[in-house]
Amino acid sequence: MGRSSIDPRQVVVGDRLAGVGRIIGVTGSKGGIGKSVVAATLALSLADRGVAVGLFDLDFTSPSDHVVLGVDRSFPDEVFGIDPHRVHGIDMMSVAFFAGEVPVPMRGDAATNALLELLAITRWGDLDILILDMPPGLGDTNFDVIHLLPRLEFLLVGNGSRVVIESVRRALHLFKELKVPMVGLLENMQRSDGAAVADLAGEFDVPFLGSIPYEPDLEEALGDIDLLRASQVYTAIRAEVIDPRSDPEAPAPAPR
Amino acid sequence: MHELALADSVVKAALRAADDAGMKNIERVIVKVGELQQIEKDLFEFSLTNVIPHEEERLADTVFDVSEELVRFECRFCRHEYGREDVDLDDDDQAEAIHFIPELSHAYARCPQCGSPDFDITAGRGITLERIEGSGDDGP
Repeated sequence: MGRSSIDPRQVVVGDRLAGVGRIIGVTGSKGGIGKSVVAATLALSLADRGVAVGLFDLDFTSPSDHVVLGVDRSFPDEVFGIDPHRVHGIDMMSVAFFAGEVPVPMRGDAATNALLELLAITRWGDLDILILDMPPGLGDTNFDVIHLLPRLEFLLVGNGSRVVIESVRRALHLFKELKVPMVGLLENMQRSDGAAVADLAGEFDVPFLGSIPYEPDLEEALGDIDLLRASQVYTAIRAEVIDPRSDPEAPAPAPR
Repeated sequence: MHELALADSVVKAALRAADDAGMKNIERVIVKVGELQQIEKDLFEFSLTNVIPHEEERLADTVFDVSEELVRFECRFCRHEYGREDVDLDDDDQAEAIHFIPELSHAYARCPQCGSPDFDITAGRGITLERIEGSGDDGP
C-alpha cells in the first residue's frame, strides 16, 4: 500500500506559527505607496510598546524592510531551523539576509517555493503579532498567504490619488469576495484631506485606520532608527493604527 | 542544523499521509533530497530518526529510504536544459544561501547557453516526500 506525495513543508506551516497570536499582512495593490515603511514602522512601534512582534518581508524580489530599519546582511542562526534576527526588539526575516544586495529575480512559482521554505524552517516562537510585508499587486504571494495562513488578516495601505483609489478598490473587491478579514484601510502619504480613502473604507464597510501625513524628510530617517522614531510616520502609526491586543478574539499575548 | 526542521516536516507529513490513508504501520518512507539544496544525506537521515515522537508507534520500525535527485534547470528564454555542473555556485555564501532557500539560485545561476536567470528548477530542488508504504490501510 502506498500513498503519494505531500509537500512536507505545507504540513508544518501551522506548527511553526502555533505560538503567533495574530498574523497581519500589510498589503496594497499599487507599488510605491509605502507598504514597507508602514510595515516596518508598525513593527517598531509595537516593539517599543513591549509587544512581541515579528516582521517577515515577503517582497522577495525587492525586499526593503532591512533598509527602513537599518539592518545589514548576515545569515540567520541555524538551530532547529533558523532564527529570525532580533532587530530593535523585532524578530525579523528577509531574503536580504541571505542574498544581500544581489538581485533575486523570481517568477511566481519560485516565490511560492521560497515562501514555503521560509515558513517551514523559521522559528518565530511566541509572538503577539507577526507582520507580513507583502509585495505589491494581487498576484501569487497574496494568494499564497491567503491559502497557507487561515488566520491571516490584511491591513490595506492606500492614498488619495485617483490611480491608487482605483487600485485599492479592486483589492477591496477581491478581499471581500475571498472573505479575508480586514484590519482596515490606512492612508499613507496624505496630501489632501483623506476623505477619498475614508470614503472608500466606508463604501466597503472596513475600518478606516487614519492618515499618515506626507513627510518630505522621511528619506533621511530610513535606516536611522532614532530619526525614524522621531518621524511623523512613527507618531501617526503609534497613535492611530493598531493595538494587537485590542482584538477581543485575539489570543492573549504569549509570555516571552 | 536546519536539517532537523526539514526532517521534522517529513516525519509529520508521513504521519499525516498515514492518517489520511488509515495506515496503522508505516514500513517505508521514501524521500528524495534535491542536489540543489546540498543537504548532507547522513545528517538528514540521522535527523529523521531523532525527530520521531517517542510515543509514535507507527514509526517504530520504519525504514527511511533517502535518495538524492540530481538538479535540472530549464531556461525559460532559450529552453536549454542543464545541470549543477553547468553553473558556478561554488562560492560559500552563495551555496549557504541556496542551502536555506533553493530559489536563491536565481540570484547566482545563469543559463550556460544564453545567460538568462529566468529558469525553472525542474528536478532536484529540495526535499520531497515521494510516498509512504505500510499496512493496516482501511481506507477506500
